[in-house]
Amino acid sequence: MAPTRAGGSMSDIPGHADSGAVAIPRQPAQALEADHVVEVRNLSLWYGDSQALTNVSMGFPRNKVTALIGPSGCGKSTLLRTINRMNELIPGVRTEGEVRLNDVDVYGKNVDAVEVRRRVGMVFQKPNPFPRSIRENILYGAKINGYRGDYDELVERSLRQAAIWDEVKANLKRSGLALSGGQQQRLCIARAIAISPEVLLMDEPASALDPISTVKIEDLMRELVANYTIIVVTHNLQQAARVSDYTGFMLSDEQIKGQLVEFGATNDIFTAPKDKRTEDYITGRFG
Amino acid sequence: MPRESFMREVRELQDEMLAMGSMAEKAIARAIEALTTRHVMTARQVIEDDDLLDEKRTEIERQALLLIATQQPVASDLRTIAAVMTVATELERIGDYAEGIAKICISIAGEPALPPITIIPRMADRASDMLDRSLDAFIGRDVEAAKRIWNEDDQIDELYDEVYHELLAFMIADPTTINRATRLLWASHNLERIADRVTNICESTVFMVLGQIDEIKTPELAR
Repeated sequence: MAPTRAGGSMSDIPGHADSGAVAIPRQPAQALEADHVVEVRNLSLWYGDSQALTNVSMGFPRNKVTALIGPSGCGKSTLLRTINRMNELIPGVRTEGEVRLNDVDVYGKNVDAVEVRRRVGMVFQKPNPFPRSIRENILYGAKINGYRGDYDELVERSLRQAAIWDEVKANLKRSGLALSGGQQQRLCIARAIAISPEVLLMDEPASALDPISTVKIEDLMRELVANYTIIVVTHNLQQAARVSDYTGFMLSDEQIKGQLVEFGATNDIFTAPKDKRTEDYITGRFG
Repeated sequence: MPRESFMREVRELQDEMLAMGSMAEKAIARAIEALTTRHVMTARQVIEDDDLLDEKRTEIERQALLLIATQQPVASDLRTIAAVMTVATELERIGDYAEGIAKICISIAGEPALPPITIIPRMADRASDMLDRSLDAFIGRDVEAAKRIWNEDDQIDELYDEVYHELLAFMIADPTTINRATRLLWASHNLERIADRVTNICESTVFMVLGQIDEIKTPELAR
């Protein structure tokens, strides 16, 4: 089922790609075997001569939280960034294979990277609100995308969904930078969902936050997953165990850089992983 | 070495569990000794020592919970700690069954002995041996051995049936034996239950090693 949301719809946003651009549907044109919003197929990636991902294939189930875990340098953040073509912004990056969003290859000919990034939002490790008011932070992306609905309604809905409305509603003109770190991160989440993405990529979203703010972000992820598909990279294994429905364990070794070792239901990965390397990593025997 | 101290604490936890296993085995042996020799003092000692088993279980549980709270174990580490907690509960219950036999011993001490008492020590030896080997299988992570021991429960059930029929014959032949015979039946029932608890220990071993939480339903090994 397509995510349904209360209030105005982002279908008000006109396509801004060239008329020849491929449109990415909200659902795959044909039913896939499993309901994966994003499907990665035989994906390899190089930074110049140095390989960072090797033949990764996996699906990200719709309206679920999938965590990517693994030691530093295993390729998990790289994989995350391939999903909304953020790696393209780095010079010398070359990819092979496919990343399919609703069964359309996001690297395909005539697919607009800006459209991909609108559909696949991102939240970073360090909260990065614009040096503008809370309200402007929310409206910025929507205005660029030509949103024609009710601005007040969009601001309130986005802030409510990000569980920060009650804390900021008294003064929406306050600078986003005046908020605490945890609030800033929730503001960034509100900003990301204001343009109605389908997928939210989160790269260590709570690692710079205190425990209370971390719990709030984790709770928020569990709430947001009703409407969005979340893919989160985290070094915090307990966090992965707490928030995710599925977990992928990645590893780089001497032979193979950036491989997906094991993917499965989080409950299985954290109680009885199948691969010894997963077992050794999550039990702290290496990494 | 990563998590060296954690690994040591998990080993210590298992050592405590083994110590508790020895206490449970001793309780069974002494309860049966009291029953066969009609030695009330020994029976009283079994009842008294059961408190030590209860304390040991509490201590193991406390240590296990502390490890979970402070180390957040996952996967095989978590399964090991969870399995140790389960086994400690089983051993505590086994101790209770031994205590029950000791109480039976005291309750019929004033009455003349009954002959079938020879099968009951045999049952006790079997059950105790199963317990001993089940703990070895646990420590050795030996799934095949655990399944084999699990299968042996049927032999205990058969012995229990034997005791049952023999005691029934006594009661029919001489109604004045009904009180003694019924209580001896309870004692052998306790032994039968001990063997059942051993099968749970075997299942804990399978869970710990393979992560399979189901009961062992279709034993692949010959009896």
